[in-house]
Amino acid sequence: MNKFWSLLFLLVPILGVACFMLAPYLNSWLPLDVSEHGHTIDHLFMFILWLTGAVFIATECVLFWFMWRYDARSNAEPVKFTHGSHSLEVVWTILPAATLLFIAIYQMEAWAGAKLGSRAPNIPPTVEVTGRQFEWRFRYPGNDGVLHTPDDIHQVNDLHLPVNEDVLLVIKSEDVLHSFFLPNLRVKQDLVPGMRQAVWFKSLETGKFDIVCAELCGWGHYKMKGQVTFEPRADYEAWLAERYAEQQATHEETEDDED
Amino acid sequence: MSTTTADAGAHGDAAHHEHTQSFISKYVFSFDHKVIGLQFLFSTLIWFLVGGLLALGIRWQLAWPWTDMPVIGKLAFASEGGQISPEFYTVLFTMHATVMIFFVIIPILAGAFGNYLIPLMIGADDMAFPTLNMLSYWFMWPAFVCMGISFFVPGGAAAGGWTSYPPLSVIVEAAPGSHGGQTFWLLGVTFVGISSMLGSVNYMTTIIQMRAPGMTMFRLPLTIWAMFITAILQAFALPVLTAAGFMQLMDRMLGTGFFLPEGLIANNSLAATGGGHPLLWQHLFWFYSHPAVYIMILPAMGMVSDMISCFARKPVFGYKPMVYSISGIAGLGFIVWGHHMFVSGMNPGLGMTFMVSTMMIALPSAIKVFNWLGTLWGGKIQFTTAMLFSLSFVSMFIIGGLSGIFMAATPVDIFIHDTYYIVAHFHYVLFAGTAMAVFGGIYFWFPKMFGRMMNEFWGKIHFFFTFIFLNGTFFPMHILGATGFPRRYADPYHYASFHQLQPLNEFITICAIGMVATQVVFAVNFFYSIFFGRRAGRNPWNANGLEWTAPSPPGHGNFDIQPIVYRGPYEYGSPEVDIDYYPQTQPPPASSDAKASE
Repeated sequence: MNKFWSLLFLLVPILGVACFMLAPYLNSWLPLDVSEHGHTIDHLFMFILWLTGAVFIATECVLFWFMWRYDARSNAEPVKFTHGSHSLEVVWTILPAATLLFIAIYQMEAWAGAKLGSRAPNIPPTVEVTGRQFEWRFRYPGNDGVLHTPDDIHQVNDLHLPVNEDVLLVIKSEDVLHSFFLPNLRVKQDLVPGMRQAVWFKSLETGKFDIVCAELCGWGHYKMKGQVTFEPRADYEAWLAERYAEQQATHEETEDDED
Repeated sequence: MSTTTADAGAHGDAAHHEHTQSFISKYVFSFDHKVIGLQFLFSTLIWFLVGGLLALGIRWQLAWPWTDMPVIGKLAFASEGGQISPEFYTVLFTMHATVMIFFVIIPILAGAFGNYLIPLMIGADDMAFPTLNMLSYWFMWPAFVCMGISFFVPGGAAAGGWTSYPPLSVIVEAAPGSHGGQTFWLLGVTFVGISSMLGSVNYMTTIIQMRAPGMTMFRLPLTIWAMFITAILQAFALPVLTAAGFMQLMDRMLGTGFFLPEGLIANNSLAATGGGHPLLWQHLFWFYSHPAVYIMILPAMGMVSDMISCFARKPVFGYKPMVYSISGIAGLGFIVWGHHMFVSGMNPGLGMTFMVSTMMIALPSAIKVFNWLGTLWGGKIQFTTAMLFSLSFVSMFIIGGLSGIFMAATPVDIFIHDTYYIVAHFHYVLFAGTAMAVFGGIYFWFPKMFGRMMNEFWGKIHFFFTFIFLNGTFFPMHILGATGFPRRYADPYHYASFHQLQPLNEFITICAIGMVATQVVFAVNFFYSIFFGRRAGRNPWNANGLEWTAPSPPGHGNFDIQPIVYRGPYEYGSPEVDIDYYPQTQPPPASSDAKASE
């Protein structure tokens, strides 16, 4: 029983590290990233993971070793009567301070690229996104390239975007807070009623990916699910034209009914 | 105080011998800081159970969504056929957090331990303002009532998250809980705020004014330093939350529009007011609630420092750096609130400055961890239950502290914000950190509170299973977070990309059930020991603090003689004396007078 407790505490770093090492093999890790900027975020995540992992292993092992070594029942030496060490305090203040400051500065470029308005691509908005309990509404500018004109194309929960191109989304909310989260593109931005915000990214691969709401928006928060499809420019334009034709047809039908 | 009481106290049954007060004034509306401390302790432990059961509801849904809960389901959710409805799921996580934060962690640290320990550890006979102290407990009751009845008003309890972000929490059409439930929530939190404010004024005054002769500020135990700084944090941060709470109440009831922009359409009806901004609430809320995070951990850090020094039989390593880091955390704590809002729509340039301040607040925490390790180095560690809980606090706080760096880094936060990564992080700080320190503190000071020892064997059983299950519950949440698994989802498996995570969630839920079940061991040990535990003397742990020179339990007025303090509280293993501890009140040997007075 003597060393039982120290060994129990040794399990923390062992199982902790094992958990993180196994996760990628169990399909439980950072999801596939298809965006141009996403690898920077993943790199920063892994950078912090390695750094904090090393500190985690070191401190937990020191804790284990002190528990093992200085157990009152086996440690025959007298207590080291000391009130601390000024030089040690200086060392372990300056080292972490420098490291933390470095981490902060190291992150800034990626953050600026992802969020600062001055870094947004200089293109007209590709689509306007409106969050609403509990669905995503998309409004494309249509042929004239201008939003809020009669030829706008409306879609619900089904977003199509061109691949290998910068896209600029204007996001807003009609009712409560939502958050536009594309896990596979490493994009997240809250939708705030009363604010129109810009979100931009570029997908490097075609495919269909989830749009997830990441800010609590009521009882149906979990099912506020959309889908984004990245496709080559030609397919994208064909799809838009098809949607436009469909919309015109329904529109005329409704007008006929009204007559 | 009369010598009769003191003698009776020495025999450990002061309570039965004092007949001067009626039952009501002695145990109900008591002015005695010890009775008030125990009132806080018992109330918060009951709410701890409630909060734990709410958590199990959340866990059940995440492991086995839309399945009938055995037994409980039929009773609680009869109308839903035994299932948790998505509406009720939002109530569950809102009220779990509310109960745990406002009714458990804050009042158990400041209310229970703060009240009980401050006068005893500084050598005072009571608090500076006993009436305020009594009111600080009794203002918790309107809060308990508000939160309790909110479950039964139409629409049910608040369901906008414990952060109560508007417009969801203001517009009644937006959520069922935003009918009456949210109003009661705001009133309840306001009452908790009044209670905390009365307490913090009292703690500051008491610590500044009522220290025993010789108890200089730098001879205070770190528990008291932490309580002192916590009280300052509360006094300066709370008014902001209270004001914001009233603004939200007015938005809800009087038609003001502090937090509502123009032209909101919720559930197809147009909101009548506008001109405000939802982000205003977030700034005001986190201006309180981020310092509140430190209100929820600093006292735990102080208590752990005391316990580690006592059971390592060695002085705290770097006492003054510990004090400075507590103050550093408190100071920086006021300028980091924006890290909750990196993706909220706040100016991204502001996000950068908040990233720097948030990174820097990790520094004092790191210094504290190094000093705890330094305290263990070269000691003679006694593995009592209290010590095991304290060591686990250090071990777990390392995890919770390090995982915070991920969220502090703004680009990484873009991905992990509002995922289970943050859920893992704050549970490692608040449950694996604070709650473990609270358990340790209960095992450590129980002999002082009740004059009897808790059973060590069952205490270690309690520790072992809590430690295993808490890691089983919270560690895998990091992995969930890394996949982007969102928090506050009634059914994450609505997304095909999260299907593979269900087995892991089942594992977490089983561990969570085990963790709650383990607390039965604690409850039985606690109540059994109050009545039948081995009698404790005044100083069962051979500790140095002033509280250990008082009778167990201390009578009214605490000390039988006025304590005079000669040294700091951590002189364990001092070469000046033959025994391995050196109580603060023990006069120094005549020859070493000069040395001790430095």
